[in-house]
Amino acid sequence: MSADRGRPARRLLLGPVQIAAVVVLIFALTEALPGDAAVALAGDQPDPERIARIRESMGLDRSMGGRFGAWVERLAHGDLGTSLVSGRPVADLLADGFGPTLVLAGVTVVLLVPLSVGLGVLAARREGGPVDRLISALTSAVHAVPEFALGVLLITLFALELRWLPPTAVGTDGDLLGRPAVLVLPVVVLLSRPVCTIARLVRAGMIDAMASPYVAHARRQGLSGARVCWTHALPNALAPATQQLARTCDWLLSGVIVVEALFVVPGLGTVLVDAVAARDIPVIQGLALVFGVVTVSVNLVADLVTLRLAPRVEVAA
Amino acid sequence: MSRIHPRIPLGASLAGTSRRAFLTAGGVAALTLAVGCTGGTAEPGPRAGTPGEGTPRRGGRLRAAFPGGGANETLDPHLANLFVDVARAKALFDKLADYGADLAPVPRLAAGWEPNATLDTWRVRLRPATFHDGRPVTAEDVLYSFRRIADPARAFRAKAASESIDHAASRVVDPATVEFRLKLPYAEFPNVLAAFGAYIVPAGADSFERPVGSGPFVFGSFKPGSSLLLRRNDGYWDGAPHLDELEFVIAGEESARTNALLGGQVEYAHELNPATARVHEGGGRITVLRLRNSAMQGFVMKTDRPPFDDRRVRQAFCLIADRRELVDGALSGAGEVGNDLFGKGCRYYAASLPQRTQDLVRARALLREAGAEGLTVTLDTAPAATGFVEAAGIFKEQAAKAGVTVQVRIGNKDTYWKDILTAGTLASYRSGAMPIESHVSQRLLTGSTTNATRWRDRDFDELYRQIQSTPDEASRTALYERMQRRLHDEGGFLIWGFADWIVATANRVRGVATNAPANTLDWARFDKVWLG
Repeated sequence: MSADRGRPARRLLLGPVQIAAVVVLIFALTEALPGDAAVALAGDQPDPERIARIRESMGLDRSMGGRFGAWVERLAHGDLGTSLVSGRPVADLLADGFGPTLVLAGVTVVLLVPLSVGLGVLAARREGGPVDRLISALTSAVHAVPEFALGVLLITLFALELRWLPPTAVGTDGDLLGRPAVLVLPVVVLLSRPVCTIARLVRAGMIDAMASPYVAHARRQGLSGARVCWTHALPNALAPATQQLARTCDWLLSGVIVVEALFVVPGLGTVLVDAVAARDIPVIQGLALVFGVVTVSVNLVADLVTLRLAPRVEVAA
Repeated sequence: MSRIHPRIPLGASLAGTSRRAFLTAGGVAALTLAVGCTGGTAEPGPRAGTPGEGTPRRGGRLRAAFPGGGANETLDPHLANLFVDVARAKALFDKLADYGADLAPVPRLAAGWEPNATLDTWRVRLRPATFHDGRPVTAEDVLYSFRRIADPARAFRAKAASESIDHAASRVVDPATVEFRLKLPYAEFPNVLAAFGAYIVPAGADSFERPVGSGPFVFGSFKPGSSLLLRRNDGYWDGAPHLDELEFVIAGEESARTNALLGGQVEYAHELNPATARVHEGGGRITVLRLRNSAMQGFVMKTDRPPFDDRRVRQAFCLIADRRELVDGALSGAGEVGNDLFGKGCRYYAASLPQRTQDLVRARALLREAGAEGLTVTLDTAPAATGFVEAAGIFKEQAAKAGVTVQVRIGNKDTYWKDILTAGTLASYRSGAMPIESHVSQRLLTGSTTNATRWRDRDFDELYRQIQSTPDEASRTALYERMQRRLHDEGGFLIWGFADWIVATANRVRGVATNAPANTLDWARFDKVWLG
């Protein structure tokens, strides 16, 4: 029993360690990018004197250790620094981009759970039937299409040919909820792959659970088929799906980069792409840190939920 | 004088009308003076699209999509770097001069300019114009702007161009006259007044959160990385714009700009791929415009190191290039062939020199003479511009036919220009439109800061100085011809083409100039555009 209680605590402690590792890794990786902000800014006018001047004005002429120390010290005070290129606080840039990305990712996750669980359960309950075969075929096919290709296809069909939906979010200034029509296609693209993955996992988990001795026992007790399915089989089937859902949240952070570029959404993905092109190190570091912290936290929550949903997983482990 | 025609103000107040009429008249008088005293101010070509497009209609908002710099964008016009920066800067601000379609400077805020006999002191007279807050544009503002650009602690792009000015000795003669003292005689000094990023800002301005300029549009609101909304400046000295509002929106992906245009979310999309242009050209849904001669495309050969320190090897490489094949393959045909000379269509361009074509027999003979048969060269390239990697691949195959092995090395696009400036021997190169003089002074003199061909030659430097000390235009033209003959014969630039810059508009957009290469006065000139 004590091992059972110790495990969530140990899992909780691991979080800050992972975040510290992320901080060091981010700095090392951004240092490894070829060229710096001065070179990127000078572009096709790489006058060496001008590059030296820009470098000086950006403080890039300081030593690597000095810059790392200064960065960590500022982080400890909750200061993400200022953009090399515009001089705006990194926190402001992130705050501007956060809204649209949160809306995209949030709407996707909110729709993802009922859609994928519903499809998975439906297929499992009709195992081997035409509905199951249709769902399985569709989820395999859609999963094989890259987001970019699917996006282009959907835009061409629904925005440019049928003219039912706007092709991009241009002109919304990031206020996506004010113009919900612009959200439809990006969310469909973001949903396409995770829905397929999770629906298949739920289906497999449900089929296993429905065949397990305890479900057979519940049936012998005379419980209704629906009650057995939703309250006894599903929680067990959801354990692997929860892990996958956590991985999907990580994936969404990268998925939004493609979708934001394709649909012109001024979110964090766009901020990241621009910052990397401009070698705007403080912005890249700030974003990577936010992404890192989100990933670590989401996985922490997912692990704790899994432990709660299916304690046998760890007993067996 | 065809450009300065009286515009009929519709629905403006009487006061506004009379004031504008005065300014227009002043403009005509001033421009006449300007042409008179410089003896060489070329008129830009007629504004394409003006005839046959009907009478300009006032009103409406035009939304223009550009690729941008993201959430880091600023409206400081002196920091302009990307096309969108320039388009926004020219909507809000003015320069003293700007480039006509042939890249010769055309007076803007300057009413005219005149040099002294030794071409090292220039008096620039200003036309009556006001900033958006009502203050007049004065000589003080002009001096402040040029001193800000030259600030050694900053790294403004126009700094290099303004290096010729002795800022301490330059002075205000009267509120409407500036005297620029130069460090050396400089016959083409007006190029500096039109230089990339040389905008006039109010004296003391250093913050551009809410920019105040003298341009055709007034600041409305700005969301970096997303949109900039501007309103018509009714008091603009060159005639109020037809549009009520102009909105710049940012869309980095070319497909997104095209889709937004097709979907009716914007009316103007800057920078489309040749392939996209071909799909939609003549399709009727949108109007595709090709701005000719907008970007020179070529390769640079480092003339200071083997194998290109031998002029015969350089000549052989120029003869290897099948220019038509490069234009068709790398630019999908969206361009014209080059003749190893910069500035096709520009003032002073030596159009009389014979067009170089592929001659593999002669190329092989030259390589043999130079003892360079079976040569292997590394060609540096990167996806830093449209067609770079494709052109490198095509050239590799062309070179193989002359027995030369070209190894294509693909580098990092974000640091490409710095990487190839001093390292390597052969590299892909492109350049936006600029006067031939700027190309020479920035890239071909011993002291040039971006001399990617490492072309350093005392006689050549001396010839440039001689051109800039020659007041007479005809003599300058002859000297430029001599200079270009030399470059054509043995220079390090293999210039195989000039790419079109492709923009597209909604069909109801009128008044977009088609003869203006990117970065010239009439390019992205939204004050002359209207919605039909």
